[in-house]
Amino acid sequence: MFKILEKQTVAEKINRFVIEVKDIALKALPGQFVIFRVDEKGERIPITISDADKENGTITVFVQEVGKTTEKLGLLKKGDFLRDVAGPLGVPTDIENFGTAVCVAGGVGTAEIYPIARELKRVGNKTINIVGARSKNHLILADEMKKISDELYITTDDGSYPSGRKGFVSDVLKEIMEKTKIDIVFAVGPVIMMKVISEITKDKKIKTIVSLNPIMVDGTGMCGCCRVSVGGTPKFTCVDGPDFDAHQVDWNELILRLKTFNDKERISLEEFHKCRII
Amino acid sequence: MKTPHQKMPVRDAKERIKNFSSVALGFTEEQSVLEAKRCLQCKKPVCIEGCPVEIDIPKFIKEISEKKFLEAIKTIKEKNNLPAICGRVCPQETQCELKCILGKKNEPVAIGSLERFVADYEIAPPSFIPTEPTSADVKLYGGASEKGHFRTKVAVVGSGPAGLTCAGDLARMGYSVTVFESLHMPGGVLVYGIPEFRLPKGIVHREIDYVKSLGVEIKCNMVIGKVKSLKELFQSNYEAIFIGTGAGLPQFLNVPGENLCGIYSANEFLTRVNLMKAYLFPEYDTPVKIGKRVAVLGGGNVAMDSARVALRLGAEESIIVYRRTEKELPARREEVENAKEEGIKFHLLTAPVKFIGDEKNNVTGMECIKMELGEPDESGRRRPVPIPDSNFVFNLDTVVIAIGQSPNPLIPKSTKELKLAKKGNVIVDEGGRTSMEGVFAGGDISTGAATVIEAMGAGKIAARSIDEYLKVNRR
Repeated sequence: MFKILEKQTVAEKINRFVIEVKDIALKALPGQFVIFRVDEKGERIPITISDADKENGTITVFVQEVGKTTEKLGLLKKGDFLRDVAGPLGVPTDIENFGTAVCVAGGVGTAEIYPIARELKRVGNKTINIVGARSKNHLILADEMKKISDELYITTDDGSYPSGRKGFVSDVLKEIMEKTKIDIVFAVGPVIMMKVISEITKDKKIKTIVSLNPIMVDGTGMCGCCRVSVGGTPKFTCVDGPDFDAHQVDWNELILRLKTFNDKERISLEEFHKCRII
Repeated sequence: MKTPHQKMPVRDAKERIKNFSSVALGFTEEQSVLEAKRCLQCKKPVCIEGCPVEIDIPKFIKEISEKKFLEAIKTIKEKNNLPAICGRVCPQETQCELKCILGKKNEPVAIGSLERFVADYEIAPPSFIPTEPTSADVKLYGGASEKGHFRTKVAVVGSGPAGLTCAGDLARMGYSVTVFESLHMPGGVLVYGIPEFRLPKGIVHREIDYVKSLGVEIKCNMVIGKVKSLKELFQSNYEAIFIGTGAGLPQFLNVPGENLCGIYSANEFLTRVNLMKAYLFPEYDTPVKIGKRVAVLGGGNVAMDSARVALRLGAEESIIVYRRTEKELPARREEVENAKEEGIKFHLLTAPVKFIGDEKNNVTGMECIKMELGEPDESGRRRPVPIPDSNFVFNLDTVVIAIGQSPNPLIPKSTKELKLAKKGNVIVDEGGRTSMEGVFAGGDISTGAATVIEAMGAGKIAARSIDEYLKVNRR
């Protein structure tokens, strides 16, 4: 059992949790994730570690409510317990001084890009960061990102964030590419966003790393559910990734594989809502 | 008059495919005594030679024939920490029962069924007396504790059959043993791989509780190789480490279309159903999708389990596709018969060449080619060779790939000192010693995918080697 030390709803349907899990906090590096289970009948869900506090033995994660498990998690409060947390899993993001690094994040992906962007800055990169959200109510970590960015651009689909702009992260990236020499791009967010970013940078041959989010079960290389085609070869996201060269990823296959259990997930959520009404 | 060989009662095939309840029901008390009386009590019992964990088979059978059931289970537990599991899943027909003298002319003594009977007898009433570990248990191995290393810490990585056996034996010798399990529940393949109808999870939990009662601590959610390296375990004062992390890495065919939706590795399919209880969805959160027509590729026990699970999840048709003939099927005969009884069709001498999908990336078909047997290969079995222009297509909507598993790479990858064989197996000597000092290994991580009992045998041997190593080390 793992104790929730802090919980806040930080944006629309996005919750922030600080979880006491000493062994994992000591080892976690940017780009790695944990697998958690809310309760005895729960499924195993991967969530990227947004921050780790070695001294206090905690990790911070941001979870968007998209289905039964993440909604169940959203009902938990400070002082409650998670049944299981295992990690840190996956290969840490390869970080060095590349020169000028651009981090692109969409939605809750901001929580995942944050530790990467912070580390890139720490090792001496010029960091240009682009954060996108549907509206200002969906935006997270804007202040934190500001502190670690040489330049920060915020976009919302509806233009509701005052000092940001209306549009998509890809629009901003294109503009930056026009005027600045970029050495590397990191992109984390909805799969369609990562695909679009990948297409933009591919033409200009800018190295682009994405953190993929396929369906997982065990997260330790045992089931192969998270396999993706990278450069025509099947890779297991949980042990070979989650970071991959964006230009080698078969995006269409990933997008379709993510939909495998859509109808089952709908049933699960509907049943859950019925139960909660009763 | 000669006592007739007793047959294991099983549930009717038509009924049993409707749910996940046990297929084989186990001997009654009367049957067990009758069967036990068939044993010749050989002076030189060769059956024991066939047992990887060296159970005193004639002794426990004699005790059953005298209705001393609790003494019989005690005899078994001197060597085997998991008898209710072994009684169900051991391939006795190729081990102890193969050696049985009676089997030369007639049916051998049903040793496995007798083991299962006494193990179950102990667990459940009529006269329920739990076996607590006694000082006698601890002294079984000559009382290592008396030699002054009672609190020596040993780490066991993986809580499958190899790890549980090694841990249980070390605890009885007096060591302080911690088992690290990466999943949320201990048991390894016993909980994620073997289905409920062949090995009820209640039985597994019960046997794990027994191992815990010997003083073993089990820590779940600990992915060794990630959260702690082997070096860090040594730094945490563990003086020896046993690696029993199994063959967790699923093999794929590497044919086009393998990543279509509806194609599972057997590991994924069985883990969803067994460990995550997808057959109770949506009460349990993990889903599994099953089509009307399911093809399982492969011919081992895992393939039989997958095909039989598919039927129970509601598939209208469940077929096995295997590239050799029935004779070469690696599965236990009993499991093949069970599968046939349940209506599983076998398409032999057939191999897939590609999968066909629709616009939504769902699998809709599998193109296969007919095979014939050629010259023997390195395994001694005749190699299947494709027959040109014999291609044809199966229409289907679910595929389970059960062609084998490779050793789990998490620890080998993170431990450069460990010498590995070509396929990634950890290399060990006859005592389970690896190339790294103080590190031992056994089970599928060193042999590649094999049986529960072979893994248990390896765990037992490694426990002895660890004891020897620590005694020398301490001097």
